[in-house]
Amino acid sequence: MLEHIAALMILAPLIAAFVVSGLAWLRTKYCLPVALAGLLGSLLASLAALNKVVSGGALSYKMASWPPPVGIELRVDLFNGLVLVAVAAVALINLAASWEFIKRELEDRKETFLALYLLFVTGLLGVTATADLFNLYVLLEITSLSGYALIALGPSPRAPLASLNYVYLGVIGASFYLLGVGYLYIMTGSLNMGDIASLLPQIWASQTVLVGFIFCLVGVWIKMAFFPMHIWLPNAYTYASMTASRVMAPLMTKVMVYVMIRLMLTVFGAEYVFGILDLSPIIVWLAVLAIVAGAVMALVQRNLAKILCYIIISEIGYMVGGAWLGNQAAMTGTILHLINDALMTFAVFLAAGNFAFKLGELRLENLREAFARMPLSGLGFILAGMSIVGVPPTCGFFSKWYLISGGLEAGQYAYVGALLLSSLINAVLFVRVAEYAYFGNLQAVHGHHGEHHEVKTDEAPPAMVACLLLVTVGLVLVGLYSGSIVSEMIQPFVLGSLI
Amino acid sequence: METLFSVRPLLAVLVSLAVVPVLVSSSGRPNVRETWTIVAGLIKFGLVASLVPGVLAGHEFGITLFSFAPGADIALRVDGLGLAFALVASFLWIVTSIYSIGYMRGLAEHSQTRFSCFFAVALSSTIGAAFSANLLTLYLFYEILSLSTYPLVTHHQDREALASGRKYLVYILGTSIGLVLPAMILTYNIAGTLEFAQSGVFGAGISQPMATVLLLVFLFGFAKAAVFPLHGWLPAAMVAPTPVSALLHAVAVVKVGAFSIVRVVTGIFGFDLLASFNLGYVIALIASVTIILGSLVALSQDELKRRLAFSTVSQLSYIVLGVGLLTPYGLVGGVLHIVMHALGKITLFFCAGAIMVATGKKHISEMDGIGKTMPWTMGAFFIGSLSIIGLPPCGGFISKWYLVLGTLQKQSFLLMTVILASSLLNAAYFLPIVYRAFFLEPKDPSLIPPSNIEPVRCVVPLVITGIGSIVLFFWPDVFIRLIEIANQ
Repeated sequence: MLEHIAALMILAPLIAAFVVSGLAWLRTKYCLPVALAGLLGSLLASLAALNKVVSGGALSYKMASWPPPVGIELRVDLFNGLVLVAVAAVALINLAASWEFIKRELEDRKETFLALYLLFVTGLLGVTATADLFNLYVLLEITSLSGYALIALGPSPRAPLASLNYVYLGVIGASFYLLGVGYLYIMTGSLNMGDIASLLPQIWASQTVLVGFIFCLVGVWIKMAFFPMHIWLPNAYTYASMTASRVMAPLMTKVMVYVMIRLMLTVFGAEYVFGILDLSPIIVWLAVLAIVAGAVMALVQRNLAKILCYIIISEIGYMVGGAWLGNQAAMTGTILHLINDALMTFAVFLAAGNFAFKLGELRLENLREAFARMPLSGLGFILAGMSIVGVPPTCGFFSKWYLISGGLEAGQYAYVGALLLSSLINAVLFVRVAEYAYFGNLQAVHGHHGEHHEVKTDEAPPAMVACLLLVTVGLVLVGLYSGSIVSEMIQPFVLGSLI
Repeated sequence: METLFSVRPLLAVLVSLAVVPVLVSSSGRPNVRETWTIVAGLIKFGLVASLVPGVLAGHEFGITLFSFAPGADIALRVDGLGLAFALVASFLWIVTSIYSIGYMRGLAEHSQTRFSCFFAVALSSTIGAAFSANLLTLYLFYEILSLSTYPLVTHHQDREALASGRKYLVYILGTSIGLVLPAMILTYNIAGTLEFAQSGVFGAGISQPMATVLLLVFLFGFAKAAVFPLHGWLPAAMVAPTPVSALLHAVAVVKVGAFSIVRVVTGIFGFDLLASFNLGYVIALIASVTIILGSLVALSQDELKRRLAFSTVSQLSYIVLGVGLLTPYGLVGGVLHIVMHALGKITLFFCAGAIMVATGKKHISEMDGIGKTMPWTMGAFFIGSLSIIGLPPCGGFISKWYLVLGTLQKQSFLLMTVILASSLLNAAYFLPIVYRAFFLEPKDPSLIPPSNIEPVRCVVPLVITGIGSIVLFFWPDVFIRLIEIANQ
């Protein structure tokens, strides 16, 4: 049993997806428990896998016992072990939090939604666990296709159009990636990551390899919404159903960052990426642009969901830049930020969802007195905001520390400046939202002591609040224990991968 | 110096945090809620005070909570400087809690539970900052303090509060993220540690230009110390209810700022390094400008709380100046001024609040003859003024005495002149208020005796702090010894 955990973690939600599709015709009330069970299975398996990896080194699983490079290999090491846990945990908690939402937003389509949700998660877990470049493409398309459908199911009349937009760009991104993999296959005759990594050094000088690398990179960038390839993201995540955007916003982009780092460090290798290619300065500048552009675009939004979407775009810049700085501190920061950003984006979307559940559309004016009406959701929102701004002891501070430290070490002061600027802009954004949510309808002067009308508390459903608070406690704990996470999980991987 | 493991510093930090759920659950019963606040205050003060004998005996108490990176843990360590600050802050929280009851109920303020909760969180972070073992931990508590005081500053939730709150965050959060954060990371990259040490952390590994830049960034980055030109938030924050102005904007928040500067100068740079680069003069210059300008602006303010605010701006820089002298006496004077100014200024703020509760008056020009109907309040006001001016028999005299001794050690008559000139200015903006209160005939009929309008729950605290000021003139030894022990 235990040797199969790598496969089980992906199969559990896949099987659940099929069962849910079947049950939708028979007993709809069992759909949610089955889905939850599938995701819980993934979470437990991913935790077991991470535990094994920490104590015993990387885990390799040969699908159907076909040996690689012919067969498909799943490979869990310290890096994707962490990402897998994050993906499984976010997917499970989100579903547990969102049932009331699904019932309200999707009515008779909720079983369809559940099946798609499970497929989406299956794909993400597969993309993260696989050690085969073509298999990665297949799973990526499973994720993307179910993602397009999830978005199109959204309650807003603009959801189908947003989804279509995403389809166009997503397909282009996937094609780029597939072309890149094709070039690599032509050159090496292999699709297995480890195999390719061992074959590439002899042909580093080849232009075809370079083009393959660039194609893969561009494909992944489109999928992660790296500025200026971000245009699909804000509408897709704003007009999707809340449940869908709460799982996609934290996970989709972050898993693509994972894929980029995996390609850089494991497939092509640090020596090729930082030693032979001279792309680092250009890409860090692109990242600077992404950080600043995301932050500035967030500033002009009047809708909380849109603000959060542009913050994601800015954060993607953090991670692309950090990965390409090419030193140990920055890479550590990038990987830590990958996990942290998944958690804090999730937390802030959970809080925004709670607001949306009670207050309707997330225009800022609708949020008036939200803190008084929903004090616990407000607390969660503030903690998530602190993490995104980078206030200790929340986790966002500690990854930002490493990123800034890496930027200083590399002498990339523009990157450091952009990081600080975006932190300040994030602070402005969250203070702006908090001002709406904290102040009611403003009187000119405070003249009427005691006449403040008391606002009745009207919290979101308990499951939603409990999940939000659980995640925000997680933000603080991950922050406080980031020293151990770095020294036991991230640094061994980074030291082994960077020269 | 020996560091002993102890959980007491942690408990002292956490006790006011732990009381928050209790406060929330007793929100419908104000008396129960206030009792809990005061109980928590007493426990906190007791825990802090229990550390005094050990520290005086030459020990330090410490506990490491979480390791982040080598030399940058989240850890507490109690030394003399931190303990002196924590002692006065935790004592004044008790007094302020009693005062808050009188003030908040007297004015029928809304959301009193929210107020008590954030007040408690702010106190936790204040003590945390005082007990921080390194710059990372200090930064953590500094930031939590900034955020937890925002709802207190904007308590009235009106337009004025909105504008002031925004200004508050722009100054405080803007500088801590934009300046302190990168400076801290740069310091860590250069020195490999952020642990406060007697000789600083840099050793020979830093050049003069880099040290100058870092020092300036830290000096302006800790904007809670309200060093010119980053003092603008302080007068604006006076829209807060008076207990907030009293404890937070005369004691906790601003003193955490000044204390952070003290820590950076003594523990990160160290006196020797700064002296060898001649950077003490830079600190002294910036502090002197703030001292004189703050006092001059205070002269022209008619609103009592604003006058007190500018006075605070000026007095805070005494602390910065003291440590910037880079002499033992200067350090004693500077840190002692944290204590002395705290008692004096909190008394003055309490008085301003008591006047507001009793008569609704905020402006000095309306306070003619008020001493006849509010004798206790204005008597305490007089004591507080004397302390800030630095006259016996009040504590402020002692700290200024040491500051002047510090300037003599440094042989800088110019800086001594700054201190003395500012004392004259202090007298010029405080004593006329006392004169008006006692020697002018009341214009307003409501102020004509024998009507007794003093709110008891406001008066008791301000009498206590007034007496405290006098007590500290005669018995400042504990504090002086704490500071001297930290500097050995």
